[in-house]
Amino acid sequence: MLFLLQDGITNGAIYALLGLALVLVFAVTRVILIPQGEFVTYGALTYATLASGQVPGTARLAVVMGIAAFGLDLVKRRRTLHVALIGRSLAINILLPVAILALTSALAGKQTPIAIDVLLSLLIVGAIGLYLYRIAFAPIAHTSVLVLLIAAVGCHLALQGIGLVFFGAEGQRGPPLSNTSFTIDPLRFTGQSIAVYAVTLALIAALWLFFGFTLYGKALRATAVNRLGARLVGIRTAMSGQVAFLLAAVIGAISGILIVPITTLYYDTGFLIGLKGFVAAIIGGLISYPLTAVAALLVGTVEAFSSFYASNFKEVIVFALIIPVLLLRSLAAPAVEEDQD
Amino acid sequence: MRQRLPVVLFAVVMAIVPFVPGMPPFWIVLSDNIGLSALVAMGLVMLTGVGGLTSFGQAAFCGFGAYTTAVLTTAYGLSPWLTLPLSLLVSGVFAVALGLITVRLSGHYLPLGTLAWGLGLFYLFSKLEFLGRNDGISSIPPLAVGSLKMIGPGTIYFAIWTAVILCALLTMNLLDSRTGRAIRALRRGHVAAEAFGIHPPRTKLLVFIYAAVLAGLSGWLYAHFQRAVNPTPFGVQTGIEYLFVAVVGGAGYVWGGVLGAAIVVVLKEILQDYLPYLFHGEGQLETIVFGMMLVLLLQLAPDGVWPWLIRRLPARADRKRTDPSLVLPPREKTGAGSDALLRVDHARKQFGGVIAVNDVSFDVRAREVVALIGPNGAGKSTTFNLITGVLPASGGTISILGKVVQRATPQAVTKLGIARTFQHVKLVAEMTVLENVAIGAHLRGSAGALASLLRLDRDDEARLLTEAMRQIERVGLSAQAYSLAGNLSLGQQRIVEIARALCADPMLLLLDEPAAGLRHLEKQQLAHLLRELRNSGMSVLLVEHDMGFVMGLADRVVVLDFGTRIAEGTPQEIKSNPDVIRAYLGAAT
Repeated sequence: MLFLLQDGITNGAIYALLGLALVLVFAVTRVILIPQGEFVTYGALTYATLASGQVPGTARLAVVMGIAAFGLDLVKRRRTLHVALIGRSLAINILLPVAILALTSALAGKQTPIAIDVLLSLLIVGAIGLYLYRIAFAPIAHTSVLVLLIAAVGCHLALQGIGLVFFGAEGQRGPPLSNTSFTIDPLRFTGQSIAVYAVTLALIAALWLFFGFTLYGKALRATAVNRLGARLVGIRTAMSGQVAFLLAAVIGAISGILIVPITTLYYDTGFLIGLKGFVAAIIGGLISYPLTAVAALLVGTVEAFSSFYASNFKEVIVFALIIPVLLLRSLAAPAVEEDQD
Repeated sequence: MRQRLPVVLFAVVMAIVPFVPGMPPFWIVLSDNIGLSALVAMGLVMLTGVGGLTSFGQAAFCGFGAYTTAVLTTAYGLSPWLTLPLSLLVSGVFAVALGLITVRLSGHYLPLGTLAWGLGLFYLFSKLEFLGRNDGISSIPPLAVGSLKMIGPGTIYFAIWTAVILCALLTMNLLDSRTGRAIRALRRGHVAAEAFGIHPPRTKLLVFIYAAVLAGLSGWLYAHFQRAVNPTPFGVQTGIEYLFVAVVGGAGYVWGGVLGAAIVVVLKEILQDYLPYLFHGEGQLETIVFGMMLVLLLQLAPDGVWPWLIRRLPARADRKRTDPSLVLPPREKTGAGSDALLRVDHARKQFGGVIAVNDVSFDVRAREVVALIGPNGAGKSTTFNLITGVLPASGGTISILGKVVQRATPQAVTKLGIARTFQHVKLVAEMTVLENVAIGAHLRGSAGALASLLRLDRDDEARLLTEAMRQIERVGLSAQAYSLAGNLSLGQQRIVEIARALCADPMLLLLDEPAAGLRHLEKQQLAHLLRELRNSGMSVLLVEHDMGFVMGLADRVVVLDFGTRIAEGTPQEIKSNPDVIRAYLGAAT
């Protein structure tokens, strides 16, 4: 019993991270980030590939996406081009990914410490997240949630297909962050599971501090509430979107790196993991961070128990969790709509 | 019938296609797949494009249809024709169950919900013993008519395309009816729809079931076409693809679904053939291109291909026939002789600590124009919302015709004879003025969805449209009756809203800032119209800022300030009332 609970909490912590990232992105950009799962896969498999001494395809993808983002920047600002603007865009969109690729290639085949591999994976996936927003969502940032959602699904399809090309259909595992383990009767704790708890708690605290107490975090929240209003007071809303996606991508990649030593990941595993984060995020109403975190632990625990007692119907049960929540939300649906002007 | 001519032509072309000499058999297989996909997409057009409900789970409904017939024909030996109604029924019943849970959800919760149960059902299909788990069910009997067994793709082609064309006709019928207007009205939001007696949850559920049944039909055909089913084609991935089909074709258009299916199926085939040569990678390359195209399409042509195509064809104005001899019976009017049509007695509304409406009392008698005025934030619109049942009052009573209405729904208030317009115009921009106005007569028609599908509603429909036309003529907008509401000026749109309210045949008209945004001449015309209405026996309660307009028109004026009634009387009395002057101009001390 207890070990099921432990298992559930470890999984739940990962879902909590993803759920938080989903809430974050939705709050800032109104995008329901279906490709969150791909960030997980990309992070995990990039890390595993780096650890095996090869250059992951994602590093090249970042360069290609950077070039596309640069092109979009140029086209969008063609009337007001300054050297400084071009330089900035060039630095972020071209030089950064090229530098990462160069570094990755230089280190390939050498025995690198795990920390370097982790850092490189986060850089690569973070860059992809940044450009993904610029390419796919910034041009339609003003449209409805539904249009953004459909675009998100499109991104998911494309990224998952690309993931198959880069990483193949074979599953992979990565080296653990720590090999230590200890036992507190009757439970055995591995260094990896401790890392999962620690990172989750640290990230939740960091997000809370960032959004509650920094000017930039407050600016992001303001963008979420009212794009136009935020722009009028001088917040660069396109920038907020990019930052949100960057954060989500990094969080996704961290989750991936945390679980790839525990379970074998395939190119399409991320989607399912991401969706479970979703179940949590929806329970939290896509608004509340603490509620999402608690819900994620619940999802993880339910999953652990149902995989033990009714393994065939594990996924059915997890996704059925959403039904009572939706039911509750529909009973509490607001009576008056706001004008959509 | 004239407007159905293109459909008949299309049907004839599709019937000839298999007999064209030299037609590659593979193209027939593709056509079959297009037809199957088009059926689901058509349902999605109704659901997403028209009704505004996005679903990623339609593939699961195909699964219900397919598995129902697979189990019943293989395990129980039922004839496929017997299982057809059962397949549709099973899809429909599950749609009711899932729909009751999900359609009430606002905005993005619905698509997320569909994603969740879409996944859950996929796993359920692949785990249940009697559905054959991951292997599915094979050796399903083919469809047969007499001794003709539809085994090859060339014979089932006729079954599939008959279904597609029939369903397209039914869907077009449904769109062009009282129910269709109600569905289309949902996109602009609930408040306007509710104000004319439409029940949004009920209407949404109806579309949901309709889309599910179409998907179930596609699943039934698929099962007898492939003669085997397994869970793969009923997963979320396919569900996403169906949505893609609808978006590509044009989510707001019935034929957009068919066109989108053709584009996507053919494109997929080409991509699967050629992509591996271009990039010698492994599998699923087409999903990458698909995903990117979906994103690109949303950025470049969010309306889809069909409307783009239609714009290039010679315009055919679709003029509905209206017959002046048809008369919609006026609604029963009770108690016209009683002293007050509307009595507001100590109505109160609190939002947390803010008292928006503070014990306001006034009444509106028959043949009277009453104006509700006051500075911004005085609680005028909130008072309107209390009267029309949009908001529940925190205290006090509101009675209509001497009957106390406690927590009445907007629909019930409209039934009692009160119709309203909105401060922010709430018309369906993509619908013609005539159709928008006809929404006002929703409660005066009776034809339901089934009657609309089968065109048994034509009498009822003609009456509604004639009545709508009559009201449009009454407000002087006949020249614009067939223009899209979104193309009118703001002033004209306000007048359209009045015509829509008149269409409900009310005793009391509630107008929320009708003169805002109107030019001087338009204001004079509006005042003239309102006087005429009063002379014909109608009462009007209006909120307005234009004092010249109010003072020249109203019989009585009620002044609110900070939620409290500070004065009531004739325009002359109000003009000289010191409290009113203080409220508007500040204290003179």
